[in-house]
Amino acid sequence: MQDAEARSLGRIARLRAGNDVLDSFLSTPRVVIAAAVALLMILTAVLAPLIAPHDPFDMAAISLLDSELPPAFLEGGDARFLLGTDSQGRDVFSAILHGLRISLMVGVVAVLLSMALGVTVGLVSGYFGGFVDSVLMRLADVILSFPTILIALLVNGILRGVLPSTQATATAVLVLVLSIAVNEWVQYARTVRGSTMVEKGKEYVKAARLTGLPPRTILRRHVLPNILSPVLVLATINLALAILTEATLSFLGVGMPPTQPSLGTLINTGNEFLFSGIWWVVVFPALTLVVLVLSVNIVGDWLRDALNPHLR
Amino acid sequence: MIFLLRRLAQGALVMLVVALVAFLMFRFMGDPVRGMLREDATLQEQQELRDRLGLDRPLVVQFAKFVGGALQGEFGVSWRNQQPVMELILDRLPATIELVVVAMIIALLLGVPLGVWSALNRHRPQASLLQTVSLIGISTPTFVTGILLILVFAVILGWLPSFGRGETVEIGFWRTGYLTASGWKALILPACTLALYQLALFMRLVRAEMLDVMRQDFVRFARARGLPTRLVRFRHALRNALMPLVTIAGMQVGSLIAFAIVTETVFQWPGMGFLFLQAVQFVDIPVMAAYLVFIGFIFVVLNIAVDVLYTLIDPRLRTGGAGAGR
Amino acid sequence: MASLLEIRGLSVLFEGKRGRVAAVEDLDLDLEPGEILGLVGESGAGKSTVGNAVMGLIDPPGRVEARSLRFKGEPLDLADEAAMMRLRGRRIGMIFQDPLTSLDPLFTVGDQLVETIRLHLGIDEKAARARAVELLGSVGIPDPEARIASYPHQFSGGMRQRVVIALALACEPDLVIADEPTTALDVSVQAQILELIRDLTKARGMGVILVTHDMGVIAEVTDRVAVMYRGRLVEEGPTARVLGRPREPYTKGLIASVPRADRRLHRFPQPPGQADAAPKAIDLGSHWLGAGTRRERSDVPVLEVEGLTRDFVLRRGILGIGEKRFRAVDDVAFAVREGEVVGLVGESGSGKSTIAQMVVGLLRADAGRIRFAGTDITATRRERDLLPVRRELQMIFQDPYSSLNPRLRVREIVAEPIRFHRLASGEREIQGLVLELLAQVGLGPEAARRYPHEFSGGQRQRISIARALATRPRFLVCDEPTSALDVSIQAQILNLLKDLQETLGLGMLFISHDLPVVRQMCDRVAVLKQGRLCELASTEELFENPQHPYTSELLALMPRLDGLAPAPAGALDGSSEANVYG
Repeated sequence: MQDAEARSLGRIARLRAGNDVLDSFLSTPRVVIAAAVALLMILTAVLAPLIAPHDPFDMAAISLLDSELPPAFLEGGDARFLLGTDSQGRDVFSAILHGLRISLMVGVVAVLLSMALGVTVGLVSGYFGGFVDSVLMRLADVILSFPTILIALLVNGILRGVLPSTQATATAVLVLVLSIAVNEWVQYARTVRGSTMVEKGKEYVKAARLTGLPPRTILRRHVLPNILSPVLVLATINLALAILTEATLSFLGVGMPPTQPSLGTLINTGNEFLFSGIWWVVVFPALTLVVLVLSVNIVGDWLRDALNPHLR
Repeated sequence: MIFLLRRLAQGALVMLVVALVAFLMFRFMGDPVRGMLREDATLQEQQELRDRLGLDRPLVVQFAKFVGGALQGEFGVSWRNQQPVMELILDRLPATIELVVVAMIIALLLGVPLGVWSALNRHRPQASLLQTVSLIGISTPTFVTGILLILVFAVILGWLPSFGRGETVEIGFWRTGYLTASGWKALILPACTLALYQLALFMRLVRAEMLDVMRQDFVRFARARGLPTRLVRFRHALRNALMPLVTIAGMQVGSLIAFAIVTETVFQWPGMGFLFLQAVQFVDIPVMAAYLVFIGFIFVVLNIAVDVLYTLIDPRLRTGGAGAGR
Repeated sequence: MASLLEIRGLSVLFEGKRGRVAAVEDLDLDLEPGEILGLVGESGAGKSTVGNAVMGLIDPPGRVEARSLRFKGEPLDLADEAAMMRLRGRRIGMIFQDPLTSLDPLFTVGDQLVETIRLHLGIDEKAARARAVELLGSVGIPDPEARIASYPHQFSGGMRQRVVIALALACEPDLVIADEPTTALDVSVQAQILELIRDLTKARGMGVILVTHDMGVIAEVTDRVAVMYRGRLVEEGPTARVLGRPREPYTKGLIASVPRADRRLHRFPQPPGQADAAPKAIDLGSHWLGAGTRRERSDVPVLEVEGLTRDFVLRRGILGIGEKRFRAVDDVAFAVREGEVVGLVGESGSGKSTIAQMVVGLLRADAGRIRFAGTDITATRRERDLLPVRRELQMIFQDPYSSLNPRLRVREIVAEPIRFHRLASGEREIQGLVLELLAQVGLGPEAARRYPHEFSGGQRQRISIARALATRPRFLVCDEPTSALDVSIQAQILNLLKDLQETLGLGMLFISHDLPVVRQMCDRVAVLKQGRLCELASTEELFENPQHPYTSELLALMPRLDGLAPAPAGALDGSSEANVYG
C-alpha cells in the first residue's frame, strides 16, 4: 500500500514536472556546456577538411623549415600555426582536427556496431532464456571478466595476423572497430537481457503473450521501446569508452598508422619528442582527447541519473 | 561446498575456453614452423620440426598436447628472441606485481574514504566538485596521465625518473624494487598513473553504493532506534556499502594488470605488459598465447577467491536460508 | 494527567521546483497512555508521513511545521536532532511495514538488540544480552537463547516482524509508532502480530499509533481511530463509534466499501459522490461481444483441471546432485462451468497464482491436465494451435501499474487484440469497437488518445479489462485484480467485473487472498494451502459451514468489521441502528 502511495505521488510529480528530462538538462549548466562542447567537437570533426588551415597529409605543402615551431601565442611562434608544428613541420592544429575526425569515426562506428549486435542478442537471450541464453551469457561472463584493453589488444593481434596489410587506412579502422566492438556488445547484451527479463515478468508483456502475439512482435512492439533508455545511456558512456580504447590502442602503436593519425597516434608520435622540449605536440592532442571524452562522459552521467527515477 | 565445487568447475571451463583460443591462435595464425625456424631453414628441417610438434596429427590430439604442456608451464619458444616463453614471463612477473600492488593500495586508501565522504556530504559544493574531478579521472586515458606526469615531474622539474625500475635486489627468483630508494623513486610515477583511474572508479562506486544503502529501510529503522548518526553511517551503512566493493576490487586487480600494459609502455617498465605489447606488435604468437593463458589463470583464481571471500563475509550466503518455522 | 502525545496544527510540506505539496495539513491528534490509536486512510492520505514526522525522520526537502507538539507534556523540538536522537528508540519506538528490509542483514539480531539496549540503558554487554534474550522471548520467539545468534535472513517474515517489534520495545518506550506493521504479512501471521501489539500495549501501558489502510485491522485492535483524507483529518473518535456510526460522508463511504464477510450482497456499496457506472445493458445476440461464441449457462465444465502439479527449482545442483526443489502446486483438481465464478483463496505460497499462470498457459505444468473448452492446453506444444484458446481465455492482472505498456496509447492497447485475431473488418470498425469497449468499462472516448501514465490505478484496471474483453473471451482469469487498489476503488472495479460477468455470461477463475471479496464475487470457492487443495464448496456453504480445519482457521483469523459496521442497506444515509462493538 505504501508502494501504491509512493507511486501515485510519483505520478503526480511526473505530471507536474511535465518534460522532466529537458528541464533537468537546462537546469544543469555543467551538462549544457558539456553537450555544447561535444557537439562543437563533432561538428569540427565532420568539417575538418574544410576548416583545417593546412592539409597535414599533403607532403608537398609541408616544409621542414617550419618544423618545431611553438604555438602562435608563445615567443617564436608563427601566426600561420596556431598550436605550433611538429618535427616535420606539420601544423599541430590541423593534425588535431583530422585526428579528432578519425577518433570520433572509429568511436561512433564501434558503438553502432556493438549496439546493434548487443541489443539483438540481449533481447533474444533475455526473452527466450534456456540453452542459448546460458551459452551467450557464459561467453559474456568470460569477455567481461577480462579488461577491455586486453581483449582489444588480443583481437587486434589476431586480426593483424589474419588480415593482409594494416597500413591501409580502411583495414586499420576495421581492426580498431572490431577490437572495440568485441568488448562493448557484451555490455549492451547484459543490460538489455536484464531489462528484457524484467519487462518479460511485467504484466503487460504477459497480456501480449495471452493475446497470442508471436515473440517477434512482442519484442519489437512491447519490449524494445521500454528498454531503450538504459541502452541510450550505455551508448553515450560507451562512446567515451570507445574513444579512449581507440586512443590507447593507437598510442600503443597497434591502431591508426602515423600516415592517418588519430589523436592517440598523434600523442604516440609526439611522446618521442617529449624530452626535446616540444611539449605542444603532445599536450594539445592530449587535452583535446580528454575534453572530448570528459564532455561525452558528463552528458552520459547526467543522462543516467535523469532517466533513472530511482536516483534522487 | 557444492557452491565451491561449481565455481571450480566453472573456472576450469573458462580456462579450457581460454586455452582453446590460445591454441587456435598458436596453430592457425601464421605458420608456426616458419615462425620458429630461421629464414633459411631447409625443407627437411621444416618437416622435422613439423613432426616434432605433431602438426600432422588430429587437432584434438594437438589440443590435448597443448593443454598438457600448458599445465606444466610449457608454452614453447618466443618467435622473436628464441627464449622459452615461460621463462620470459616469470622474469617479468615481479615488476608487474609490485607495480599493481602499490597502485591498488593507493586507489583503495584514497578512493574509499573520498567516496564515503562525498556520499555523506553530497549536498556540499565540495562533493559535487569531487564528482566532477572523478569524472575527469575516468575520462583521462592512462597514457595521457603518464605522459603529463612525466612532463611535469621528470622533464620540467626533474624530480623523478621517467623510465625503468631503478635499482633492484634479487631475492631468489624475485627481483624486487621495494628495497632500494631508487626503486621506490622509480615506482612513484607509474604507480600513481596506474592508480588514478581506479581511484576515480572506486570513489564513484563507493559513493553510489553508500547513497543506495542510506536510502534503505534498515538505515531508517536504525535511526528510528535512536542510534547516533556515527553508528548508523559507519557501522551499518558503510559495512553494507562495502560488500559489493569486495567483488569489484577483486576484479579490478585483474584490470590493473591489464592497464599495466599501457603504464609499462609509457614508463618502459620491464613487466609482463610491456612484453605482451611487444608480442602483439611483432605478432609473436607463443608469447601472446602464453600471456593469455597466464592472465586467464590469474583472473579465474581471483574470481574464485572473491566469491569465496564474499561467502565468508556475507552471512546471507554463509548460512542457509529461512530457518526455523513461523 | 497530560496526554502522552499532543499534536496541534501539524503540517508536512514538500518543497518542489514547481511549488509545494502538503502531505499533511493542519492536523490535531492526541494519544493517551495505554491506548492504541488507529490512523487510517487511503493512499495519498498522508498517514505514514504523520508517523515519520513525529519521529523526526522527515528528510529535506520535506519540512515539518507545527503550532505545538508535546510529548508527555514536554515540548518536542523536531529540529533538535540531538534531542530527538535521545528520544528515538528510548522513549519513542517505531515499527516499519516490511520486516524483510528493516533489519541490517550483516548483523545478528542479538547484535542489533544489544547495540540498541546498551546505547539507551548504558548497561554492560552481558546484562544487555540477557535482556535481549528476555525481549525475544516476550515477543514470542521460541528458543530465544539460540535464536539470538541468528541473522535476520534466518527468520521467516512473521518472526522477523517480531524481532523488529522487540527492537522497538527494547527500552520500554512510552510511545510506539507502527507503520503498516502487518501489511506485508499473511492473515494468520497478521492476527498473531496484532495480538502481540495489543497485549504489549495493555501490559506496559504504552501508547501506540497504528498506521494502516486496513479497516479490518482498525476494528480488530484500536481503541480510537483517526480517519485521514488527502493530508487532512476527516473524523476522529472511539473506534466503535466511528466504524458504527460514521459522521462524515467520506468515512461513511470508506466503511461502506469494505467488502463484508458475513453475507453476500448483490453489489458493493459505493462511496457517495462516486458514480457507479454500470455498463450498458447489451443484447448478446446482436452485439459484437456476443458474436462467434455460444454461451449458455450449463453444467458442462468449460475449464477442467486434473492432477495439476508444478515444482520450482530453488537451487540447481551439478547433474541433479544437491538440487533443491519446492512443490508449489500439488495434485490440484477443479472445474469451472460455463458462466460460473470459482474463487481460489489461500495465503502467500499457497500456489494460487501459479495455478492461474498455468491455466492461461504462461507457465508449463509438470504433471496433470488442463482442458479448456475441449482443448488440452497442457498437451498443446505449438503456440499456433493455442490461438483459439488464447482468444477465448483472457486474464486480468494484479498490478495496474505494470499491466499496460507505458509506450502505447490506450487506443493501441485495446485495438491490438482485435487486430491480431482479425475480429473486425477494417480500421474504422476497430476504432469504433475500441470506443465501445472503453464505454463498457466506464471510460469516455477521450481516454483512447491518452497514455497509461495519465490514469489512476482504478482507471488503469478498467483499461486492462477493456483489453481482455477485446478478444471476445468466454472466460476470464482474475489474479488478485484489486489487491493493489484502495478500498473505494476496489468496490467499483469488483462491481464492474461482476456486471460484465453476468451480462456476458463469462466463466471466471477469481484468485484472491481476501476472503470477504471472495464471498462477494464467487459461486464456489477452493481453499489452497501450500499447494494442495483443502476444500472446494459453494461459497455459502464454505463460509457458513467450513469442513476443513484450515478453512475454519482462515475464517476465524480474518479481521472483520461485521459486528461493528452498520447494515449496508442503509449504509449511505447512516441512519440505521448498528450493533455497537463491546
